[in-house]
Amino acid sequence: MADILHFLGFGQGGWGASLLLASGVTLALSVLGFLLGAAFGALSAGGRLSRRLVPAGLAKAYGTVFRGVPDLLTIYLLYYGGSIALTQIGKFFGSAGFIGLPAFATGVLAIGIISGAYQGEVYRGAYQAVDSGQFDACKALGLSRFQSLRLVIVPQLMRHALPGLGNVWQLVLKDSALISVIGLVELMRQAQIGAGSTREPFIFYIAAAMLYFVIAAVTASVFRYGEARAWRGMVHA
Amino acid sequence: MIDLAFFLDIFPTLLSGLPMTMQLAASSISIGFVMALVLALLQQGNHRIVVWPIRAFVAVFRGTPLLVQIFLIYYGLGQFRPSLQAAGLWWLFREPYWCAIIALGLNTAAYGSEILRGAIQGVPRGLVEAASAFGMSRLLTLRLIILPLALRQAIPSYSNEIILMIKGTSLASIITLMEVTGIAQGLISQTYRAVEVFVAAGAIYLTINFTIISALNALETWLTPYRARA
Repeated sequence: MADILHFLGFGQGGWGASLLLASGVTLALSVLGFLLGAAFGALSAGGRLSRRLVPAGLAKAYGTVFRGVPDLLTIYLLYYGGSIALTQIGKFFGSAGFIGLPAFATGVLAIGIISGAYQGEVYRGAYQAVDSGQFDACKALGLSRFQSLRLVIVPQLMRHALPGLGNVWQLVLKDSALISVIGLVELMRQAQIGAGSTREPFIFYIAAAMLYFVIAAVTASVFRYGEARAWRGMVHA
Repeated sequence: MIDLAFFLDIFPTLLSGLPMTMQLAASSISIGFVMALVLALLQQGNHRIVVWPIRAFVAVFRGTPLLVQIFLIYYGLGQFRPSLQAAGLWWLFREPYWCAIIALGLNTAAYGSEILRGAIQGVPRGLVEAASAFGMSRLLTLRLIILPLALRQAIPSYSNEIILMIKGTSLASIITLMEVTGIAQGLISQTYRAVEVFVAAGAIYLTINFTIISALNALETWLTPYRARA
């Protein structure tokens, strides 16, 4: 017990501060990745709902590939693919060595692309759940397409999207641990470092698991609040 | 632009990881399914002493990353080697292969038990009451009424979970098991051709997924003969 306090504490030889800092990196990585994924997801949902074949086909392929292929494979594609391209550019400018892509940016991009594929499905379903009378009403009021989306459709769409988005967020948070494989010192990687240098893997991975669990639980309540807010003034069926 | 010779070159190498991917997936999904069913059924009786530990198990395995679970079982439990040796379990926790199967199996058991719990609760109460009116025992009701209906109901959600597990097997490469993703990573760092390797390995995974989804859709249709086919 004294051991645990020593290793996870904040004093001399304690890893508490490093682990908390790494949790912050995990949170930042997940939030930025999730937001980027919202943009990809909105584009993908727009494509899926389009009657034109090319956007619809592209969006469908995007969703199928990135929801079907292991996330780890996608991360390798972006990290190595990006680094190889960067090294080529570096060579052109006279640099000799291998240039690695910055791990944080790669992580955000990877989580954005992966979660975008899932978010696209959520937005598409939510859009279709909005009552068609709302679209007619927008036309009757003479709102432009952008105005109707912003003022009428999206606020209602979010009611249906939030439960699904909450699930995607939980997925994102857990996926962020995979970014440790490309060397970003987030919570998982920090736990590995601690486990390696103290030879106490059990304590460190339990600590990491607990921190992930707490982050997941606290952020889930944010989604619950958002849901309650989105439904305010409505009788919830 | 597209180098067919290169694809023909790497494809057999990637396919050599397929047996490992399939073994990990099949073992963990089977173990996970049996556990999930037991956990779901145990939660039907409302005994707190039984239900609470199961809820905690499910919450922990659904609330933490699979990678942490794998590391905890492989590296974390390795720390207790003397105790594990004394208990005669060291052969199990020494091997990355078994550790991966244990972690994946426990993980899918947690998710699967929630799917099955929902499906069992979705069986109309009237049917269960009718069964008891016929004088069926609880076991007979379970076997003839509840399980057939619940399992069929669960197929769509469970097929999603199976796909997640197929993808999850890729994490085994991090603890040295050479399945498709691990081999793909090796190929990328040897050949520096990330896109081609991704396309080839991705095609293997998409084929597996497509086969599983089609098979389970066919199973669902076969088990629902009265439903009008679209």
